Amino acid sequence: MTQNAIEMIDVNKWFGDFQVLTDVNLTVKPGERVVICGPSGSGKSTVVRCINRLEEHQKGVIRVGGVELTNDPATHETIRSEVGMVFQQFNLFPHLSVMENLVLGPMKARAMSRKDAEERAMEYLTRVRIPEQASKRPGQLSGGQQQRVAIARSLCMEPKVMLFDEPTSALDPEMISEVLDVIIELAEEGMTMVVVTHEMGFARKVADQMVFMDAGEIVESGPPAGFFEAPKSKRTQKFLSQILQH
Amino acid sequence: MRNLILLSAFLVLSGCSSSAVWGWYVINPMTDTGWTNIKFLINGMGATILISLIAAAISIVVGLIVALPALSERRWLRILNRIYVEFVRAIPLLPMLFWVFYGLPIVFKSMGLNISIDPFWGAIITLALSDSAFTAEIYRSGIQSIARGQSEAAKTVGLNYIQTMRYVILPQAIRRILPPLANQFIYIVKMSAFASVIGMQELTRRANELVVTEYRPLEIYTLLILEYLVLVLIISAGVRWLERKMGSDERR
Repeated sequence: MTQNAIEMIDVNKWFGDFQVLTDVNLTVKPGERVVICGPSGSGKSTVVRCINRLEEHQKGVIRVGGVELTNDPATHETIRSEVGMVFQQFNLFPHLSVMENLVLGPMKARAMSRKDAEERAMEYLTRVRIPEQASKRPGQLSGGQQQRVAIARSLCMEPKVMLFDEPTSALDPEMISEVLDVIIELAEEGMTMVVVTHEMGFARKVADQMVFMDAGEIVESGPPAGFFEAPKSKRTQKFLSQILQH
Repeated sequence: MRNLILLSAFLVLSGCSSSAVWGWYVINPMTDTGWTNIKFLINGMGATILISLIAAAISIVVGLIVALPALSERRWLRILNRIYVEFVRAIPLLPMLFWVFYGLPIVFKSMGLNISIDPFWGAIITLALSDSAFTAEIYRSGIQSIARGQSEAAKTVGLNYIQTMRYVILPQAIRRILPPLANQFIYIVKMSAFASVIGMQELTRRANELVVTEYRPLEIYTLLILEYLVLVLIISAGVRWLERKMGSDERR
């Protein structure tokens, strides 16, 4: 039996009195690609952020690579070293060059030598097709390039799981495909990933499992074929018709 | 109208002086006494600079240590920060100076410690302590102005808290912290004048002593003000240069 990459069992979370997650159950197997969609405010980003403990859940169990997330900060560090994350707003470090953005984690958190870290960084920059931008500052790059740098920065930590929190929502339309192509490539190489996105064409292409969330609950989940052709729940049907119409 | 202004200026000036006659001779560099007096006054510069620099250095470190708990998720740490800032910020400098210089040695003695505090360190401790509350608030606002996504991104590439601060947050915050911090340094330089009342031989103390012997307050205090002005202008120029240097670094 192989261990699940991510397990969420009856996870509940509140912001003050407001319940943002209600009994969320989600299992991600190694190599599996899960795409989460849903209207804004449905809690999909929160689910992803709970997985690497950027948000704390109040009830339920979250395990990543078999390690349970508890209040012990040591578990947070263990888990974060296995999990990469790409943000909607890129969150590159603006005061550092692209190369410095990439080598910071490996050098400081993994005690890698600068030479090895730079070698690895160049490798991943080449994979996201922007090795020539290594010495520039993030501010000098286009949004699409910045997001690809952010993906490369995560990959430099060689994570077992990648989380994408609306990776293309802050991009101009013409830059969306260059970022999605990189993510698709990563998926084809067998990376385990959880992607929050509104890009349904992309979802159909990469997802092994689709998850639809609304009002803090998982309303429906399943393989993309059934999910898109014959959604069971009314709410899913409505959401899909709204998002696919235009 | 013009005559009236001149007249009033003359009245005000003569009122300050011992007589209605200007007495610039006390600080006339062409005469021996004048030159000696000037040297006596300017020799206080070293002490003023040294006190200010050491106090500022301590305040910069202590301020950061005080500020960090304010950014914690733990409530009791934030409360600790609040208590320090509100309490220290509320104490006027002069009473604090008296308390440190005259009171603190007694506290030490009652604890069985034989630590005497000379005017030099008394002034430094007071200035650093008083300033640290303000420095802490400057740090706090500077660090809080850096988007939360930055520390989140740092966490996801495996950096711990100290590494996140050192490599990601502080280098960005420092650009915003520097101008108000420079302001505080200028404030320290000026407040160091209070050290004169506990007998520290800095700029103001020397001016006071010379006024007592020469009885020429207008001329001597005018020079004193000019001394502080020059000092502060030099600091301002230094900070401008530093800001420009960091700014160009960012644009590159």
